[in-house]
Amino acid sequence: MGKTIAEKIFSNHANKDVKAGDIIIAKLDALMGQDGTSPLAIKVFEELGGTRVINPEKVLLVMDHSVPPPNEGVANLHKLMREFAEKYGTQITEFGEGVCHQVFMERGLATPGSLVIGADSHTCTYGALNCFSTGVGSSELAAAMYTGKLWFKVPSTVKININGKLPKGVVSKDIILYLVGYFKADGLTYKAIEFDGETIRDLSIDGRATITNMVVEMGAKAGIMPFDEKTKEFFKNIGIVINNGIEADKDAEYESIYNFDISNLEPQVALPHTVDNVYPISQIEKIKIHEAFIGTCTNGRLEDLRYAAQILKGKKVNKNVKLIITPASKRIYMQALKEGLIETFLNAGAVVTNPGCGPCVGTHQGVPADGENVISTANRNFKGRMGNNKALIHLASPLTVAASAIKGEITDPREFLD
Amino acid sequence: MILKGKAHKFGDDINTDYIISGKYKFKSLDFNEMSKHLFEDLDPEFYKKINPDDIIVAGKNFGCGSSREQAPLVIKYAGISLVIAKSFARIFYRNSINVGLPLLEADTDEIDNGDELEVDLFQGKIYNKTKNITILSKSTFPDIMVKILQAGGLVEYLKKEGDFKI
Ligand code: SF4
Repeated sequence: MGKTIAEKIFSNHANKDVKAGDIIIAKLDALMGQDGTSPLAIKVFEELGGTRVINPEKVLLVMDHSVPPPNEGVANLHKLMREFAEKYGTQITEFGEGVCHQVFMERGLATPGSLVIGADSHTCTYGALNCFSTGVGSSELAAAMYTGKLWFKVPSTVKININGKLPKGVVSKDIILYLVGYFKADGLTYKAIEFDGETIRDLSIDGRATITNMVVEMGAKAGIMPFDEKTKEFFKNIGIVINNGIEADKDAEYESIYNFDISNLEPQVALPHTVDNVYPISQIEKIKIHEAFIGTCTNGRLEDLRYAAQILKGKKVNKNVKLIITPASKRIYMQALKEGLIETFLNAGAVVTNPGCGPCVGTHQGVPADGENVISTANRNFKGRMGNNKALIHLASPLTVAASAIKGEITDPREFLD
Repeated sequence: MILKGKAHKFGDDINTDYIISGKYKFKSLDFNEMSKHLFEDLDPEFYKKINPDDIIVAGKNFGCGSSREQAPLVIKYAGISLVIAKSFARIFYRNSINVGLPLLEADTDEIDNGDELEVDLFQGKIYNKTKNITILSKSTFPDIMVKILQAGGLVEYLKKEGDFKI
């Protein structure tokens, strides 16, 4: 019987033939921790009596959830991370370099066919680059720094083919919101997802990463994109030559195969307070917006900023709306500056913050007021997510968020596109 | 492993933000302090209602959301001995075992708030004393999980074994 991509990657890292359901110990290629999870991992590493980190140059610690630190508690946790990186020789981000998943990809740490873990649930993002990456907790990050390995249950794979030409005003975020609405929050628990189809092949790496980023919102362990010229190009741009990826065998055994045609897909919106509470925009009644947020590891990449600028160019943000834009990384920020996107945002009346998680998780910037409606490009809209459990968070694409910021209510971006 | 305690019942899709709000996880690594905020957004008084060894009982997809290990740790530090749910989110499940917080998947419809439970963890048997019924769990723990739980968590396991072993 043939193998899925996940089975191949796990076989390569367990040094034996494995199939879905097997419990295995696998060698890891690279590890990630962010500032909400690394401090605890460091504590656990010390409890373990660790004296060296295995392959420290493949370990990246990122300060992104609360940068610059809003209080002394966070500042001290960052200090702990810096000292640890210095002592053991791991990589660490420079101050304000960006959100963990984007920086991890930009630094070339997630390569096709590799096995990566990160102490952050959206570590699944790197699957956009044809690797197997998944989120773990702090203890497992510590154990992985200590042993270079981790135990896994090899997941079964669900294949999702997406075909059809994306209609105007509809982007990859709408595809993944639609899928989360379809499968629901626990619909693909523990599964690996292999994506393919002409729509997927047409998407840029940025667009693919938006999709793999959110597979965890359906409970999946990983989402894996095909390897192609776009993957090669991505690595070429960061100075790495990679010619091969991992493909599934023709006779691979899938738990199930789904085919979606998105030719008639509308912009999608997830209403409060669960990500799977998704509706096409035409079915949503008028909702006034008080805060709009464009950024995060889901939609803070260059393509997303270009989408936002396309809508905001020459327009003004509604006077009742606070629009906050957070580029996912410094690299993206600088390119956006060059392209004049940041100027467009500032002229429109937006606040542009330093790269990082921004208001996504409510630890510092952009906390909404009681009863306020927020529309955001992030991946989660749980109650209290942005730091106030009396606010209501709606999720949508950067096009939809930008259009809504102008009108002051949730708005179909197609009104602004000709 | 036999565990006894009173049930605190919750619904479906209890996410890690409800267990412990993101705003606390950045403050410190003091879990005794953090555990006072357990389920704060759902019930501000919850912490005061817990007696040592109480059991959390929930519907499907318990622990969905972030990878923060603070979630099971805070539950453990609050004195909870076990979480029983219809199903768990993947990362939460692994994190709990790793910090030595036992979990059990079972049909929880016949358990109500305040019921007295007696649970044989590795047999997967839940005896509801209040209702005098026994519920059986269908899930089993892989060997490595049993070993980690028996050791009291991943740190103790690795200290004992020196490496992952199957
Ligand atoms: S941007 Fe949001 S979802 Fe992404 S890593 Fe940061 S806090 Fe998590």
